[in-house]
Amino acid sequence: MNTTRAAWLFITPALIVLGLFFLLPVVAALVLSLTDYDLYALADIRNLRFVALDNYWTLLHRPLFWSALGHTLYFVVVGVPLSLMASLGAAMLLNSPLARFKPFFRTALFAPVVTTVVAVAVIWRYLFNTKYGLINYAFDAMGLPTVDWLGDPHWAMPTIILFAVWKNFGYNMIIFMAGLQAIPGDLYEAARIDGASSFAQFRHITLPMLKPTMLMVSILTVSGYFQLFAEPYVMTEGGPLQSTTSVLYLMYEEGFKWWNLGSASAVAFILFVIMFAVTATMLRLSKRGEPA
Amino acid sequence: MSPRLAKGLINGLLIGAAAVAIAPLLYMLSVSFMPQGQASSLPPPVLPTHPTLDNYRQLFMNAGMGRYLVNSLVISTSITLVSLAFNLMAGYAFAKLAFRGRQRLFQLLLGALVIPAQVAMLPLFLLLKYMGLVNTYGAVIVPALATIFGIFLVRQYASGIPNDLLEAARIDGAGEFRIFATIVMPLLKPIMVTLAIFTFLAAWNDFMWPLIALTGQEHYTLPIALASLSREHVQDSELMMAGSVVTILPVLVLFLALQRYYLEGLLLGSVKG
Repeated sequence: MNTTRAAWLFITPALIVLGLFFLLPVVAALVLSLTDYDLYALADIRNLRFVALDNYWTLLHRPLFWSALGHTLYFVVVGVPLSLMASLGAAMLLNSPLARFKPFFRTALFAPVVTTVVAVAVIWRYLFNTKYGLINYAFDAMGLPTVDWLGDPHWAMPTIILFAVWKNFGYNMIIFMAGLQAIPGDLYEAARIDGASSFAQFRHITLPMLKPTMLMVSILTVSGYFQLFAEPYVMTEGGPLQSTTSVLYLMYEEGFKWWNLGSASAVAFILFVIMFAVTATMLRLSKRGEPA
Repeated sequence: MSPRLAKGLINGLLIGAAAVAIAPLLYMLSVSFMPQGQASSLPPPVLPTHPTLDNYRQLFMNAGMGRYLVNSLVISTSITLVSLAFNLMAGYAFAKLAFRGRQRLFQLLLGALVIPAQVAMLPLFLLLKYMGLVNTYGAVIVPALATIFGIFLVRQYASGIPNDLLEAARIDGAGEFRIFATIVMPLLKPIMVTLAIFTFLAAWNDFMWPLIALTGQEHYTLPIALASLSREHVQDSELMMAGSVVTILPVLVLFLALQRYYLEGLLLGSVKG
């Protein structure tokens, strides 16, 4: 009895915070997305009207919504595999018995993860500067054509993806290293005796043994990459020609620039549903592949 | 492939990768000491010809950087201290104190992890507006005072505390709060450090919510101020690099000092279920 009371006292502060400032707003967002909450309602709540699914319907007919969704999917579909490859590659290098100064390299490779997105985005914006940036200078010196990285609608998103890979690969690298260390060494030993090449060992031992880690890391990274916002906000302001306007960027502009909070809530909910559907499908597909 | 060649190749690749990871940060540091205009000259200079602290002076004297630094420190420290207390208590209760509905409540919290935080942001803004908290430190601090991730992390760790230890203390007549303070807290010390550095870094680097909740310059945190400055001073690369140094340096130093705890927490937090 005494324990029960203590338990509730222990969890109540956290529950109040999470309930009042997270779960309640989530439910409220659903309600808000069914209303025409805008600047007029913000001034006087009596202007608020219930519009059922109108916000969703209007959004589905807006080209900007579809292009924002397209840009976000582009970022996820290209960015996640690239990030995971960089993470796995770095983890395998660090895990090799031949690697030296491992703690130093691990720290160096992980450092971008702890930096502030805005601050490093400012650095990369300068590196990618068309005229004065080091990257175009290096391209020019090597006889390659220079690129208007952040000013060309075709290049802006690839540039943001490169930046995101640099910023984030260290995180999954640490998780992959733990996964690699959990693979029993006898497996490689046996494969070597059978004459398997390094590549065959990677394909038939490393990848299958890493499958659970890979699934978890993919799902977390996909969820994270769907939430693209700060990178385009700082590096391109959603441009050029709105080529880097992501779903969250659209939500931010809709909600806090134009104060269409109802419509912005609908954007947020659609993003949530898509994220949920994608990650649930990934989970299901990976279960199907497993032997019963 | 000969072992020597393999060794050379692997270490060579590591050096290359480390250079790519670190070079932009070193370049930032170098440009931040350049006199104004040098960064916009050709060929792009790698090192400052006449190193100067002018950019830092201008940031703190004219651009209000000191104020933003203090804002960031106040906000991140408050969030870290209070959320640490709330998450520790809740995580421990979920791990070790039996009560009805414990399992179901915890499942509910874990389920809520799939909801992206941005879904809550619009109504949260309205809620805080009606509470009069928009554009105060409170607007950023209050919603961050407990996290599902933190509770989960503490619960994972606290599950390892032997029940006998708690039972023995109860038989000796110790109350639950005394048990928590004198027996549990010392045992949770490693996870406390881990969670504290995680929380501090996340609060320091957070961008979208402070951007929404802090509408006036006087409460800006460093990332918000830097984003706003960089839109005004697109050409002043030297000044912007100095701003980036001021923003990144505190968290980078903190990470380097407590890296072991941070990486352990990263692994512990990624093993779901």
